[in-house]
Amino acid sequence: MNTLEFTLLVGMGSLLAGLLGSLTGLGGGVVIVPMLTLLFHVDIRYAIGAALVSVIATSSGAAAAYVKEGYSNVRVGMFLEIATTVGALVGAAVALHLHVSVIAIIFGLALIYSAVASLREKSERKTDVAPDRIATWLRMDSNYPTPNGMTQYHVRGVPLGFALMFGAGVLSGLLGIGSGAVKVLAMDQAMKLPFKVSTTTSNFMIGVTAAASAGIYLSRGYIDPGMAMPVMLGVLGGSLIGARVLAGATVRSLRLVFAVVIGFLAMEMIYNGFAGRM
Amino acid sequence: MTAPDLRQDQRMDQIMAVLLRSGVLLAASLVFIGGVVYLSRHDLPAMNYRVFQGEPPELRTVDGILREAAKFHGRGLIQLGLLLLIATPVARVLFSVFAFIYERDWTYVGITMIVLTLLCYSLFGGGGL
Repeated sequence: MNTLEFTLLVGMGSLLAGLLGSLTGLGGGVVIVPMLTLLFHVDIRYAIGAALVSVIATSSGAAAAYVKEGYSNVRVGMFLEIATTVGALVGAAVALHLHVSVIAIIFGLALIYSAVASLREKSERKTDVAPDRIATWLRMDSNYPTPNGMTQYHVRGVPLGFALMFGAGVLSGLLGIGSGAVKVLAMDQAMKLPFKVSTTTSNFMIGVTAAASAGIYLSRGYIDPGMAMPVMLGVLGGSLIGARVLAGATVRSLRLVFAVVIGFLAMEMIYNGFAGRM
Repeated sequence: MTAPDLRQDQRMDQIMAVLLRSGVLLAASLVFIGGVVYLSRHDLPAMNYRVFQGEPPELRTVDGILREAAKFHGRGLIQLGLLLLIATPVARVLFSVFAFIYERDWTYVGITMIVLTLLCYSLFGGGGL
């Protein structure tokens, strides 16, 4: 295989990953690392470097759209980014010293969690939670557009949300993923933000979190231009097409198929990790 | 404390959206151009990514990448595009610092400055970790 063939194959795979990632809401980065390591036999460190870069591209592109529509909560996002960036720096520093097999196993477990989380029913709950002292002091309460016009909401559980966000940052720095599933868990479950606000604010934060670890990966030589180029362009293109096709509703059966595929990839990564074949 | 001025917040959001979109677009174009240059000069068998070697020093640091890109080397141009992409969220955070100063929201000026410092540390001093 020459360079051109390799680039085109990886590019097409990444396009598909980005398309599926955006259609299912899981994000393209999640499948990039298993695809590169299992299918193309790329060292997991190059794979993580390339995935991180594609995560920044899709998150910044998508965040632009959501910020404009007034869904994401910029104050909540900015405050929690302290936790995710510190976490990302810790995760990236730890990743440099961990054996690749260990990283593969942790990656597999994180994949399984994302797959399961993507299948949970996403219903908008009542937003009439009482105001909270810390959230009020940090001026986090805001409003967002609903079919009934702008609706007010209160934010709660700031310390727990902050702690979960630190965990999301560590995972992101360690594995080169956006950790959107954990971020949404922190905001939706712990901080009681409306679901739509949680997902869009998460998207808005992913780019900053990934940039924190990408800096370290770049200066450590984990980001290879020949590898990252087709991945970044492919995932970005795929997610843009996905956003066009989607325009709102998610197909549940597609999400199920994707979750099963990810489950298999996760199992194979964990198996390879234990067998020392990474 | 009063609630944030929502109209002000919305204008800030709009500028931020433009900033993010142009950063990604510019970065993707640079990566694409670099990719074309890289592929047109690489008629060799594919690089071996199975064994991790790490990038040479000139593709790891900000000034090294700038020098490589100035020579119009494909790999240097791609790396410059990727650097620009990494810088896009950083620019967004920097913009937020000014936006919060403009709104005289000093708590959030402080919070945003912390995030900015962490990002700059990663980009310029992270190799030491």
